Amino acid sequence: MSALSQRKNLLELDLPSDPRFLCKVRRTVCDWSLQHRWTAQQAAKITLAVDEAITNIIRHVYKCDLNNRILLTVREVEEPSPGVEIRLRDFGQFCDPEQIQGRALEDVRPGGLGVHIIRAMMDFVEYAPAPGGGTLLVMRKFRASKAAKPEVAIDAEPRKRSANQ
Amino acid sequence: MQNPAKGLRISSAVREGGPVVRVSGEVDLRTSPQMRDALLRVAGKTPKRLIVDLSDVSYMDSSGVGTLVEIKRLVERSGGRLVLVGLQPRVRSVFEVTQLDRFFDIAKDINDATHL
Repeated sequence: MSALSQRKNLLELDLPSDPRFLCKVRRTVCDWSLQHRWTAQQAAKITLAVDEAITNIIRHVYKCDLNNRILLTVREVEEPSPGVEIRLRDFGQFCDPEQIQGRALEDVRPGGLGVHIIRAMMDFVEYAPAPGGGTLLVMRKFRASKAAKPEVAIDAEPRKRSANQ
Repeated sequence: MQNPAKGLRISSAVREGGPVVRVSGEVDLRTSPQMRDALLRVAGKTPKRLIVDLSDVSYMDSSGVGTLVEIKRLVERSGGRLVLVGLQPRVRSVFEVTQLDRFFDIAKDINDATHL
């Protein structure tokens, strides 16, 4: 994993399609979010969405082949609304958005939850063909998130043995 | 940059209420197969109640949740029951957002789990 850039408002990582790096990516994205004035709960949501998106690429685009690239860009944006924009670019076959809907939650079975989690964590999610091949996933979370979105409490830092069950 | 991410720590014990598998660490695409293998070993003994203690799991993504769905189905096929205990808020929220908190039996602690 190499950091292409970590300028003031920009984080760029060039990742191998290797699940061993997920933990490090989570730490990096969570730290970046906290440094950019996101609350712990918001940072945890951003981090979970990135983890799920990378997991989907490794699993479904690269079929768990570890020798491929994933480019991650995280940056502050002002338009269309102040917030964070995350871009994930892979170099596999373009995934038709119609096939990335995730399954109905009533259909309880392993798999198919990642897309649902991503959509729940973020305010904007768009899959598009990337120039030169592959898929570009753009996700945005706005500072003023839609009030209609169900609020789910997620902590950035794990608590030990919470009694809040 | 090399990043040898840590694996999970998993232990199992037999309590009065059934086997208890305790998982510690972060459950994601890399580590969920480790949890799956451990749970499959215990589930293969067709326990009446399998308790999975997640008190020390600080992070879980859909890979981990999917694994638990699979194990729950397996345990139930042989007439048993899978109970999750000790979910930290961050982990619990993943079950809530996927509405799987309604699907799983979730207990506060192992003592409660033995009475479900």
